[in-house]
Amino acid sequence: MSGTLNYAYYPGCSGTGTSMEYDMSTRAVCSVLGIKLSDVPDWSCCGSTPAHTVDHTLSSALSARNLSLVEDMGMETTITPCPSCLTNLKTSGKRMEKEDFREKVNKLLDKPYNGTVATKSVLQILVEDLGVEAIREKVVKPLEGLKVAAYYGCIMNRPPEVMEFDDPEHPMSMDNIMEALGADVVPFPLKVECCGASFGIPRKDLVMKLSGKLLDAAEDIGAQAIVTACPLCQMNLDLRQGQINMATGSHHKIPVFYYTQLMGLALGLTEKEVGMGKLCVSPKAVLKAIGRKEKTSAK
Amino acid sequence: MRIGVFVCHCGSNIEGTVDTAKVAETSKDFPGVAFATDTMYACSEPGQEGIINAIKEHDLDGVVVASCTPRMHEPTFRRTLERAGLNRYLFEMANIREHVSWIGRDREANTNKAIDLVRMAAAKLLNDQPLESKQFSINKRVMIIGGGVAGIQAALDCADGGLEVVLVEKTTTIGGKMAKLDKTFPTVDCSSCILGPRMVDIAQHPNITLYAASEVEEVGGYVGNFDVKIKKKATYVNWDACTGCGLCTEKCPSKKADDPFNEELGKTTAINIPFPQAIPKKAAINPDFCMKIQKGKCGVCAKICPSNAIDYEQKDEFVTESVGAIVAATGFDLFDWTVYGEYGGGKYPDVITSLQYERMLSASGPTGGHVKRPSDGKEPKNVVFIQCVGSRDKSVGRPYCSGFCCMYTAKQAILTKDHIPDSQSYVFYMDIRSPGKMYDEFTRRAQEEYGARYVRGRVSMVYPKGENLMVRGADTLMGGQVEVEADLVVLAVGAEAAKGASGLAEKLRISYDSYGFYMEGHPKLKPVETNTAGVYLAGSCQGPKDIPSSVAQGSAAAAKVLGLFSKDQLASDPQISQVNIKRCIGCGKCISTCPFGAIKEIDFRGMKKAEVIETVCQGCGICTSTCPQGAIQLQHFTDNQILAEVNAVCRF
Repeated sequence: MSGTLNYAYYPGCSGTGTSMEYDMSTRAVCSVLGIKLSDVPDWSCCGSTPAHTVDHTLSSALSARNLSLVEDMGMETTITPCPSCLTNLKTSGKRMEKEDFREKVNKLLDKPYNGTVATKSVLQILVEDLGVEAIREKVVKPLEGLKVAAYYGCIMNRPPEVMEFDDPEHPMSMDNIMEALGADVVPFPLKVECCGASFGIPRKDLVMKLSGKLLDAAEDIGAQAIVTACPLCQMNLDLRQGQINMATGSHHKIPVFYYTQLMGLALGLTEKEVGMGKLCVSPKAVLKAIGRKEKTSAK
Repeated sequence: MRIGVFVCHCGSNIEGTVDTAKVAETSKDFPGVAFATDTMYACSEPGQEGIINAIKEHDLDGVVVASCTPRMHEPTFRRTLERAGLNRYLFEMANIREHVSWIGRDREANTNKAIDLVRMAAAKLLNDQPLESKQFSINKRVMIIGGGVAGIQAALDCADGGLEVVLVEKTTTIGGKMAKLDKTFPTVDCSSCILGPRMVDIAQHPNITLYAASEVEEVGGYVGNFDVKIKKKATYVNWDACTGCGLCTEKCPSKKADDPFNEELGKTTAINIPFPQAIPKKAAINPDFCMKIQKGKCGVCAKICPSNAIDYEQKDEFVTESVGAIVAATGFDLFDWTVYGEYGGGKYPDVITSLQYERMLSASGPTGGHVKRPSDGKEPKNVVFIQCVGSRDKSVGRPYCSGFCCMYTAKQAILTKDHIPDSQSYVFYMDIRSPGKMYDEFTRRAQEEYGARYVRGRVSMVYPKGENLMVRGADTLMGGQVEVEADLVVLAVGAEAAKGASGLAEKLRISYDSYGFYMEGHPKLKPVETNTAGVYLAGSCQGPKDIPSSVAQGSAAAAKVLGLFSKDQLASDPQISQVNIKRCIGCGKCISTCPFGAIKEIDFRGMKKAEVIETVCQGCGICTSTCPQGAIQLQHFTDNQILAEVNAVCRF
């Protein structure tokens, strides 16, 4: 590893609310791995899902404001754990490459955005800038005996021409990290399927069906746990698991971790430091199984 | 010189945006111009007659036609001049269609540009000299490159026409893709039953020399007199001795060699004859898997061979064949289906290609004609076919339609029902493209008589579910999503240019398109010719084709060769370089720059000089721009002629 890894950090709204444990564990893991995060001062919401469906210019302005704050910090790369924030920041950056669009957006901003900031997901810099091998070296408590399915959701790698990271149909970055942590990674065929995303309110039936299918598939291939990289996916699979069981008559009881939570454990952090207590489906039984490979495989 | 100028309307092609009457009127003032007129279609019979009459009436001795591209009609008008008794090189063409009317809409600007182009042509014509062709003899032998069905047809037609034929095939047997097929559409007749006898004809025809396991290394020469260097690849078996008895393949202990003939569906022995009807029926060793060659141990085949044909020390050999014409029939390759990650090709064993399925259906294939899915050998009941894998998809760089996939998929759906009567086939398609004779009827039969369920829509994903595969796609006719549980998924892969096609094109000096398919001389009127005289095309090397089209084009190419060889002598093109021996200082720069090796050094009264080999020179002109003395000049494009054009357009 040459030099220190230094990034502007954009937690996103969910990181300070619904997915606090994602934000906590991301910060903790980066700190253990020697990655320096500097919070973007006075950051605002990226516009999330609603803004871009209403007005492209306004939605881009919301993201561009944050990017211009990063410019003020004198930083070149900003990272965010949330794929939805990532999409908005990246799409805005791409759109602003076009001069006439940039002019329209800059009119809405106090300070123009000059287009010098690259946006990446935390997952991308972990795999590309730090490297899986560097993570493997720092593992103190391998996740041996834990069968996990890596679930990326539909937007972490798509559309490929915007995200420019990993394979849009068969991403492997999270699989590779989990493997480096010592976990037993099962090939998850629905790893880029949609969970129903924010349809949980207007079309709950859809989310029950789509997320239910994901839980079925994970159980089908013998996974004991699912890891995600997306607050919305995690919420649908974890928080709504009881609802899904009711709606589809299934009996799932599978913990859904943020990949950073499991990374934290393997790197020697405590369950409290990575916010295990915030999960809805109790991870206790699964976490107990770690390190007892023989026992689980005999089952 | 008395020049006549003829400005063509080309219907509305030119006249639509160029004032041709004004162009003609203005050109009357150009130096040397004695007569000028505009004409509706200069290339038509009355148009040409008009030129001939004007030449006689106005005593013209040079002609400028302002019309379309010289590539299209220069030979036409040169013949017109000859019919009027003039030398064919006292003719110039100004391209006011492609270079003017088709690319601009401003009538005034177009007219001015057309006038400038005619002015240049007239100025050059004033400097033109009459040129005469020379005659040279033809070597009436033909080389066919590629032993697929198109190459086989071309070879047999040429050989039956009395020509000596050299057939070069890169694999160890001829037959190409067709030999791998079980049945053919729309007749569902056995592929090897109709191809096999043709292959035997190749082997037995007294006029045909077959080089299998051979590749074209170098091509020299020109129409009528090509020299082609062929690499005979080492097969580690002396083919003169090998009788094809197959004892060696039975006893070979190394049974894990790649099996390209069976599309890697199974494994084969290190010494191997690809299939029972192979021509030539000779064994060849795959050195990567031969224990004797790799580790120095084994040698079973050498011990067992009754005719002592095994030769582990064999090396590649080179032979040179002299021929007068070449037919490229190098075929196509399959699109790399693993590019579509969402279909799981290359990842799930039960997702296979259409050609692999074809091998499975074939009695001589790795499963003996039984449909067994690769993962567990079970007979599938639900078979899903996915069409347009690598066809009509810009996102994978294949925007073109491969043309035959709709038909072979229908055939495979029919065959599936024949093999497994209680099976159900599903075909995901975009459109059904079946425009041939009896073709649409055939795809309907697959649906109506054989019960194949056709679903219009693309597949978004194939994923495993237990032992089976779930195929998820859209049904755009029903307007919804569908999921089908499949035991086996067959990808109807499209065609792309054969690997190495571009390299061969460069050796043959023929053009290829951005996908690597060879370009015909004219998309409508010269479908089997190339832009290089004496080199013809047949089959899928020109673009994806089914068997009837490939065979038709093979015959067409043969007809062209027979036509070319019907003359004893060919006229050389006089538009070649010539050395002014007095000016030449013998520096040799032209010799080193000539890409065709057409210039040699000679001794002229004790001094070194350059000399052009007339039949080899292609008239590219590189030597003329290299010569520091201006001593070597390309006839019809001399420095003076080009400068006259430059002066005319710059009006010095």
